[in-house]
Amino acid sequence: MDTCEKRRKILQVLQARARLTAEQIGDRLQLPAAEVAALIEAMEADGTLLGYRALVRPEAAGNGEVRAIIEVEVQPEREGGFDRVARAIARFDEVRDVYLVSGRYDLRLEVVGDSLQEVALFVASKLASIQGVKGTATYFLLKKYKEAGFVLEKGEEYERLKVSA
Amino acid sequence: MSGSKSPRERVAPHISCLPRSGIRDFFDIVSEMKDVISLGIGEPDFVTPWRMRESTIYALDHGHTGYTSNLGLTECRKACCEYVETYFGASYDPFKECIITVGVSEALDLALRALLSPGDEVIYHEPCYVSYAPTVRMAHAVPVPVVTREEDGFALRAEAVRRQLTPRTKALLLNYPNNPTGGDLTADDKAALARLAVENDLIVLTDEIYSELTYGERSPSIASLPGMHERTIFLHGFSKAFAMTGYRIGYACGPQDLIEAMMKIHQYTMLCACGFAQETAIEALRKGQKEMAAMRDEYEQRRNVIVKRLNELGLHCFMPKGAFYAFPRIAETGLTAKDFALTLLRRKKVAVVPGTAFGPCGEGYVRCAYATSMKDIETAMARIGEFLQEIRAGK
Repeated sequence: MDTCEKRRKILQVLQARARLTAEQIGDRLQLPAAEVAALIEAMEADGTLLGYRALVRPEAAGNGEVRAIIEVEVQPEREGGFDRVARAIARFDEVRDVYLVSGRYDLRLEVVGDSLQEVALFVASKLASIQGVKGTATYFLLKKYKEAGFVLEKGEEYERLKVSA
Repeated sequence: MSGSKSPRERVAPHISCLPRSGIRDFFDIVSEMKDVISLGIGEPDFVTPWRMRESTIYALDHGHTGYTSNLGLTECRKACCEYVETYFGASYDPFKECIITVGVSEALDLALRALLSPGDEVIYHEPCYVSYAPTVRMAHAVPVPVVTREEDGFALRAEAVRRQLTPRTKALLLNYPNNPTGGDLTADDKAALARLAVENDLIVLTDEIYSELTYGERSPSIASLPGMHERTIFLHGFSKAFAMTGYRIGYACGPQDLIEAMMKIHQYTMLCACGFAQETAIEALRKGQKEMAAMRDEYEQRRNVIVKRLNELGLHCFMPKGAFYAFPRIAETGLTAKDFALTLLRRKKVAVVPGTAFGPCGEGYVRCAYATSMKDIETAMARIGEFLQEIRAGK
């Protein structure tokens, strides 16, 4: 395995299980723990690994947040296209994700707030007023069924035969 | 009543002489116990990927519940032959050289019954899957095991086969990657076996059920080697790589005369394989590669962990090249494979299968399936560690 391949494999493991230790990752990939730790550190430093976050059942952490998907229509600019507006939007803490997308509108955001009013106010006063934003559409999220590959409602477990050939 | 005849033997002798599977005994004990971590399970812990289950539901929803042709759905045979050509380098005509069966188990039974006359001999390797010798016997033929050894990576060597050849040797049965050892054949091993088969006019049955679960380079199938198309029956299925054990769906590819002979038995005994399982198989072959690769990658990581742990515990373990079994040597504990497995189960509630379930030469080994969660593997390894300490302390 060359370094590039090692980095890729480590990232794949971390994407599924971010809490594994360098030793555990090393055991899975047949790499020394020290080497895994060094590669992870290097990837954290060079911005390949952006961070680690727990996937939590809504409300379980008690921060009772309201989430909304917001579509934003943007007037592209001669220099930089959508970048200036996208970066301006991304600076707000309320904004969790910003994507430039193909289709009917241009930017797709996910925004969080403590209440409907807070999110609505953010859209009206902060977002819509950015120069270059032509229009917005806000969709409040009502219920989450699946996040990052995890289905929130567990089905029943099917038990295999305990010993088989 | 006086003068009555002594009662006739009700069960045919060639059946009554079949031994009970060593796995069966174990299964009965484990079933009665609670909180057992089982490393004894020879099937994926992944549920069949949704892509495939959804196509089953679609088939049922549209009323596809009838018989199919004896050989199986044309589209399913085409999908199998395309797949075998792409990934195994052997080409078959879906109309004449392919039959869809109820798992590889049925395909193997058909092949053996089609080939063997009473007294014919079939050479195969041990340790091996539990059904080989009984299936040969049920075809009124003679199973001729050849012992494979850890120092050879549990590969079957052509010279060892050569020593067992007799004028009655009809076929050579291979299963690589291997259950229970995880051993595999190199390209050279396959070439040597192929040459031997050609020289001695043997039919080769290759059970490829674990082929996708090869970690590292996979050498071309023996079916693709020169002179082998006409004498190889390629057996494959969906149970392991596609996590479809319960669908009971498999297939055989081979020369027309042999597939035709197998089809005769199949049409009178099975009629056809389950139609909606065949439709699911098409989906698996044509669209299920990504799901399969994800499962294989996870097995590979588990393999790396379980083999490292076993060796750390002092149970020497060969690094498996494929399948999802580790086959550590337990002889140094002073226990027989059966006693090791039974005592471990009673004391620590960890189920492993004694190597002897896969042939007498499995003595000194146990099979640990890593088709179970990493968490269970780690817990099982910790418990085996405690168990070994107790034994070493003479308890």
